[in-house]
Formats: sequence, structure tokens, C-alpha cells
Amino acid sequence: MSNYRIEGATGTWEVVIGLEVHAQVTSNAKLFSGASTQFGAEPNSQVSLVDAAMPGMLPVPNRECIRQAVRTGMAIEAQINAWSRFDRKNYFYADLPQGYQISQLYHPLVGEGQLTIEADEKAGIPEDKVIRIERIHVEQDAGKLMHDQHPTMSYVDLNRTGVALMEIVSRPDMTSPAEAGAYIRKLRAILRYVGSCDGNMEEGSMRADVNVSVRKVGDTELGTRTETKNVNSVRFVMQAIEHEVRRQIDVLEDGGQIVQETRLFDPNTGTTRSMRSKEDAHDYRYFPDPDLLPLELDQDFLDECRASLPELPDAKRARYTGELGLTDYNARELTAEVETFARFETLLAETAKALGKPEAKVATPVANWSLSVAPGVIKALGDEGDMANATPARQAAILKMQDAGEISGGQAKEIFEIVLKTGREPDEIAETDGLKQVSDTGAIEEAIAAIMAANEDKVADYRGGKDKLFGFFVGQTMKAMQGKANPAVVNQLLKDKLG
Amino acid sequence: MSDLTLLGVKAIRDGVAAGDFTAREVAEAFNANVAAASELNAFIVTTPEHALAAADAVDAKRAAGEELGVMAGVPIGMKDLFATRGVQTTAASAILEGFKPEYESTVSQKLWDAGAGMLGKLNLDQFAMGSSNETSHFGNVANPWKANDGSNNVLAPGGSSGGSSAAVAARLAPAATGTDTGGSIRQPAAFTGISGIKPTYGRCSRWGIVAFASSLDQAGPMARSVEDCAVMLGAMAGFDPKDSTSLDAPVPDWAGALNADLRGKKVGIPKEYRMDGTDAEILASWDDGIAWLKDAGAEVVDVSLPHTKYALPAYYIVAPAEASSNLARYDGVRYGLRDLPEGAGLQDMYAATRAAGFGPEVKRRIMLGTYVLSAGFYDAYYTQAMKVRTLIQRDFNDAFGECDVILAPTTPTAAFPLGDKLDDPLAMYLNDVFSVPASLAGLPAMSVPSRLNAKGLPLGLQLVGKAMDEQMVLNAGLAIEQRAGFDAAPGKWW
Repeated sequence: MSNYRIEGATGTWEVVIGLEVHAQVTSNAKLFSGASTQFGAEPNSQVSLVDAAMPGMLPVPNRECIRQAVRTGMAIEAQINAWSRFDRKNYFYADLPQGYQISQLYHPLVGEGQLTIEADEKAGIPEDKVIRIERIHVEQDAGKLMHDQHPTMSYVDLNRTGVALMEIVSRPDMTSPAEAGAYIRKLRAILRYVGSCDGNMEEGSMRADVNVSVRKVGDTELGTRTETKNVNSVRFVMQAIEHEVRRQIDVLEDGGQIVQETRLFDPNTGTTRSMRSKEDAHDYRYFPDPDLLPLELDQDFLDECRASLPELPDAKRARYTGELGLTDYNARELTAEVETFARFETLLAETAKALGKPEAKVATPVANWSLSVAPGVIKALGDEGDMANATPARQAAILKMQDAGEISGGQAKEIFEIVLKTGREPDEIAETDGLKQVSDTGAIEEAIAAIMAANEDKVADYRGGKDKLFGFFVGQTMKAMQGKANPAVVNQLLKDKLG
Repeated sequence: MSDLTLLGVKAIRDGVAAGDFTAREVAEAFNANVAAASELNAFIVTTPEHALAAADAVDAKRAAGEELGVMAGVPIGMKDLFATRGVQTTAASAILEGFKPEYESTVSQKLWDAGAGMLGKLNLDQFAMGSSNETSHFGNVANPWKANDGSNNVLAPGGSSGGSSAAVAARLAPAATGTDTGGSIRQPAAFTGISGIKPTYGRCSRWGIVAFASSLDQAGPMARSVEDCAVMLGAMAGFDPKDSTSLDAPVPDWAGALNADLRGKKVGIPKEYRMDGTDAEILASWDDGIAWLKDAGAEVVDVSLPHTKYALPAYYIVAPAEASSNLARYDGVRYGLRDLPEGAGLQDMYAATRAAGFGPEVKRRIMLGTYVLSAGFYDAYYTQAMKVRTLIQRDFNDAFGECDVILAPTTPTAAFPLGDKLDDPLAMYLNDVFSVPASLAGLPAMSVPSRLNAKGLPLGLQLVGKAMDEQMVLNAGLAIEQRAGFDAAPGKWW
């Protein structure tokens, strides 16, 4: 249980949250037409006769959209319904050319599933928690109304009309804004791993309807819920919940009642406002779409969907900490985003190959490099660096020199900086620019001999038991070597000489 | 030269191919008949130039020695429910007046590809909703037949394919396309003494046909002989990937396989179709049909379709339900009529546009359909109707365990005078009582003329076959046609 509690005037309250996430399916064509789905095109340039609902036009299901939804269902361990059906949801609106949305009410494609959100003490999630998912169904997106193009008229852009959406409906299993945020982040990661949705919330590829109700701690009955529509970022979802919780408690504590209604979130104020109440809710008159046959999936199709699933976030994280021996923190950071783990795994393979060592042996330095060293250099360099220069082979070459003790951590950063700026090869940079550690014992021994000769008193003190003076000798030696000596070699030689 | 407009589809095609006459001569002859028949109001628009262009293309192909299509040189009428590129397509509704699609329906395209030409767009009941062609925004179609009782009433040509039936019966076209949702090919065919077949649901693509009730709508040919129907259906049918409900099955050579020898075949007579109060002449016509099929070698057996009486109510729930949703797209936003009163918002525009654009029967069915799908009524009406539909399909399955084809009347009466049933929707709906069950079951069904009644008006017999077995339906139809010897034609008064 989350420990999210709200102290009211009349007692302590808790919150119950369910989320309906609309995720745009990654596909080249729309759910029932061949029109393109690309974002950002000229208004009404991606509209087929079917999308515009011209007389006599008919929908034909896009196999790829169905495939992506099935793979998503498999990724949340859900029951896949080999027999499902499309229904019409009837209502009039200018962004809905057919006068109905083709959706799935009675027989969704994907049944019961679940995902796990990870413990996050700081966020008030004391332990891992399973969030149940009731269903995923596929449906058409609507178009977009534009009210700012003309003083008295509204314009309609049908580019988005008919694009495939997955509606992913959770059970009311979340009990804090943090859990809701973690759920969306986890769901987004799974979708992106699977490749079924790009998860781009700014472009509207993922948006959530947030169902919230409150009740006194100890109550078993659910309170009346409100649904806040189309919230399009994790932060806004959490804000909407916080505001809605506060508002509902205030209403209830003032002796009022919560009205079951649809609300809108205003990102500018972080508040929600009423859109329509249950009384003026639409009667959608759902019925099976007679233009479409039931969707029947055969075993070959299902087998292909399953075989094409990649390693998923939970499995990957477990492998990173288990097989690769990474810290929990590193594993979590590396697996959070598809791009991050993809870069990491490429560099890991490249580095293991360059070093001739198993991946597990080089995973930790590669992880540190990927998560902190490299991003630090890149960030500091800003526009001066060109990421195209940072090939996995070059980064692996740097890591190899560091592993061999040829360069220091600082030199590694310097070399990487030059790589980013110039595209030169790391080995050549190290040679030419003198960015190499001296491991030549002769040169170091010479420097040590000189320092010991110049500091006979301190040598005597050290030998007399003042161990702390060891650092002084290291510092002096490194200084004499202009910082380029291999610290491990310096340490070893000093220990030998000082006795 | 003899009157080319007396010829049917196959005779024209074969005559053009043999060089007996040119396709242009045929097109000109029919164009002339069309132009002289405006009194019948069978066409909403005429397209003589389309018919001539198609004819010239056929003549040129023949001159070049190229292979000709199965409809080569045959000018036809196109029901104005089929989208035709660049030619106004209205579904006989004000809401689509002036609408010229940029696309061609699959069925009409297949007919043009087979060498047919278009004489014009045929009148129909608005959105194919009606049994008398009286719901058209473009006025009634007159049945070319008149009763011999001296009344001189103008009769209904049937509906919804009333323009099609009138045009073919009046020799304005050798054939026409129809669509059948609950009887809209068969009933008008029966009312005008011609033949028409509704194939198995899914045989003809619905792509580009203005939808009435998607799970029932089927296109089919209307012509003056069974063979002509078989030829034309062959050109219309075929799998279409653009229609998800299209049947992915090869199209048989129905015309080539026509055979009126019914020895070894069983004809089922459904006892539930002998309803109380059925017109004696209708029953007599049915008895003729039974005798003719026996004469063709068939064994006649009694079959039972026990849920027949629920078919009409179920149909008048399912069809309006689908229609209420299918017609939601006519909202004034993107095409067709837009009525935008001064200062009106979106909802006002919807209301004004749809109030002005739809006729009373269309509004009635939209309201019926909206009602039966509403929360709290859905299960009582729509769910129940779908169960009935399943039972009716089962009835037919059971019956076809005992017979190969079913024979019944097409309609309960002959053509009635225009205006007769206009104020009584229920009486009008009852006209579909014999045709609706096959529609609900998605089965192939055809009407062929049997005889004239005492008033000199044609009556039709209906044949219903197993799914995909159009051949049996056509064969039995041919057996009746050969024995009925129906060669009556309406006297020209227009």
C-alpha cells in the first residue's frame, strides 16, 4: 500500500486511481484506411475517402495495427482474445466524419493483464506493486478542431482521423499520484520496448483519462469518481490527481457530493474543471460494426507476435543486475529508455570485443561511462560536439586504453572531448596530444629517486611510522610526472622504494 | 432494322460481337427511349454521352479485333445508390443533391470494365428506404404497367429499385443495377414483370454503394430474362479487398452453366408463407410455379421456416439500427447539403441540415434505429432481433437439409397505386414480408415473372437458394421462365 494520505478537517483520506491510457499505435497507415499517419503534415493532407467518410466508403482493418496491439497485450502478460469484434460508438462531432468511432466495447482484443511498478522510497512507493490492467482495445482516433484560424468559424483537420489507438484500461489499483506516474512511465517504457507506440506525449501519442475518487481511510466502498480527460504528461497526470483529490475532499467535507462527471485539466493552472456531467453524458448507442467481420486471429499470427517480442524492461533490469553485475541504480537508469539501453548494449558489445573480455567483466565501467562520464562531457561541450563522431568503436577504444592503464579517467574525458569535436581516432589523439599515462617504470623511478633525495626527512618520518606521508610522496611524484603517470604504477613503485 | 430496344443483354452483346449492329446504334436507340420517357421519371440524371462513349469504345475494340467483355455494347441503367465518378450520386436524397463523387463504385467499375455503358442514374426510394419509390426527393417513378380495370391509376414500380424496374420494363434499358436490403430488387422486379436476383451476401462488393443497412445491402442485376441476370451478375460479382464483408470466392460461370433440367432436385415449399388473407391470385401463381418446377423434373417437398413471422419485425429493427448509424455522416460538414442558419452553432447546423436534407421515411427510420440502440432498449430490441436473425438463418439451414431451393411468392400483392400506402408505413412494410427472411439470412434470392393477374398486372415468384448457390436459384428461375411463357409488356402510354 502506498502511504499517500490526506489529512482533512474531518479525518484522513485516501485516493483510488484508475487510468485509461490512449496510445497511438506505431504504423505507417491508419487503422481502417491506407492514409499516412505521419505527425505534423499539412492539415487534411493525409485523409483518404474512408477517413472523410464519403458515401459508400468501407473500413478495412490494418493488420499491422492489430499485430502491434496483440504484441502489447503479450508484453503485459495479458490474455489475447483470438476472437474479438469492432463496435460503433455513435456521436456527432465535427472531428468525427463517420458520426461514429469504430472501437471495441463488447469483445476487446486484449483481456486481463498487468504490469509492475518498482519500489521508490522517495516517492512513497515502499515496495514493488502490481497494477492490474483490465483490457486493451483498438479504436480510431478523431480529427482535430482548430478554433484560431477564422474569427467566426472553426476548421477541422482530419489528418489524425482514423489513426489507430490502443486504449489501455487499468484497474483502480493506484493509490497515490506517484503510483499513477510510475504506472504511466512503466507502461510507456513497455510500449516503447515493444515498438507499438512511440510514447511521445508532447505530440499526443500517449494521453491519459484519469479516474479519481477519494474515501476515508478504512472505508471499503469506492467513492464517486470523476474522469479527467486527455491529460498529456506524467507531471500533468500527477497534478490533475493532486488537484482532484483536494477538490473532492473539500466538496465532501463541506457536506457536498461528488458528481460523476467528465473534467478537463488546465495545464496552465494545474486545476481541473467540469466538462459535462453524467446527466448530459452521450448515449453512444454501441452496436457491432456491420461493415466489419469479427477479428479472428490464427495461431501462426499469435506465434509470430510472441516470437517478435523483445526483452522487456523487467527482464532486462534483472539481467543487468544479475548477469552483468550492475548496481540497481545503474540497471534502472539504463533500462528506463529504449535509446539508453540500446546505446549501452552496443557499446558493451563493442568494448567486450575490443578488450577480449566477457561482457560481465566490462559492464560496470561501460555503464559508468554511459550514464555519467560520456553524458557529462557531451553536456559540457554543448553545440561544439558532434554526436556523430562518438561512434561505439571510438568510445570502446577509449575504454580499452583506460582499462589497460594507458590513460587516466581525466585523460579519457579529454580524449572523448576531442573525439566529439574533431572525429579523430582516440589512439591517435592519445599519442599525438600526449594524453597518455606514463607507465614506464624507469621514468617514474627516476622521479621518485629525486623526490626521496630532496625529502630525506620525510622519508625517515614515513619509515618511522607516519603512514600518512605516503600521499605526499604520491602527490610529489604525480606533480613531477606532470600528472601523466599511471597512479597504480606510482603507488606500487613508491611502496617498493619507501619500504 | 428491328427495334434494338426489344433486345436483352445477351442478344445485344452477341449481336454487337457478330456485327449485326453496332454498339453505338444500340446506345442511340436506348438513349432515345430514355429521352422520350421522362413521364416515367425513372432517371434522376441521364448520361447519354456516357452510353455513347462506352459504345464507341466497344465498337473500336471490335474493329481492332480485340476481345470483348461479357457486357460489351450493353447500355444499362445505374441505380443512383452507386457512386459514379463525376456523375451526380444522390441516393435520391436532397442531402446529397449535387454530390459528384471522385470515385467509382466497385460494381459499376466492373460493369464498365466488362464493356457496359451508362444511360443514366436511376431513381429510387430515398437511401433505398421504401417499397414504392415514393420516398425519393426527385419524385415518384411511374410503373409502366397499368391495370386493365379502367381506373388509369399510376402504379408504384416497387422499391427501392423502382427506377431500375420501371426502366427495364419500359425498354428504356435492357438491364439495370439494383440493390436489395429487404427485397429492393425482388419486389420491384415482381411489380414490373421482370427478373432480378439478389446474390449471396458478400458476392458483390458494397464499396462505393451508399449504405443503408450494411449487413443486408447487396447489389444485383435486374433484367428481362434469367439468362440476362446470370450474365450481368457474373460481371458484377467478385471479391473486393476494399470490402471486409466481401466473399473471397471464385465467381462461377453462372450463365454458362444455366440448366433448367431439375431432375434430382428438391424444391421446398415453406408452409409458413401461406399466410391468412393472402391474395388468391398470389396463391394461384405459387401453385403454377410448383407445377412448372415439377414439370422440370424437380421433386416438391414441404418445408418449415418456423420463425418467419418474426422476420419482418426483426428486419425493421436491424435495418433502421444500422441506417441510423450509417446516415450519421450526412452532417453538412464535408459534402452535400449544409444548412447553416444565421448565428448557428455546430448542433444547430446538424439539426437544420438533417431536417432539410432527409425525407420523412428516412427520418422515421433514423429515429426507429436510434431508439432501438438506445441505452435501456438495446437488449430488448437489437439483441433480440439479432437472436431472431440467427434463428431465421437456422430455419433456412434446416430447410436446406431437405431441399435445394425454396419457392414462394415474391410479394403479397401486385403493384398498388401510388399514394395507396403512403400514409400507412406498416402496410408498406408488410410488402416485404416474403422477401425479408432471405435478406436476414444473406441467401441468394430472385424474382421471376409468373403471370398477369385479373387486372393485367404482373406477379412474381421468388426462389431462395443456399448460400453461394446462385446457380440453383438461376436454374429454377429458368425452368419457371420457360414454362410461364411470360412475354407480356406494358402498353406504351408515356
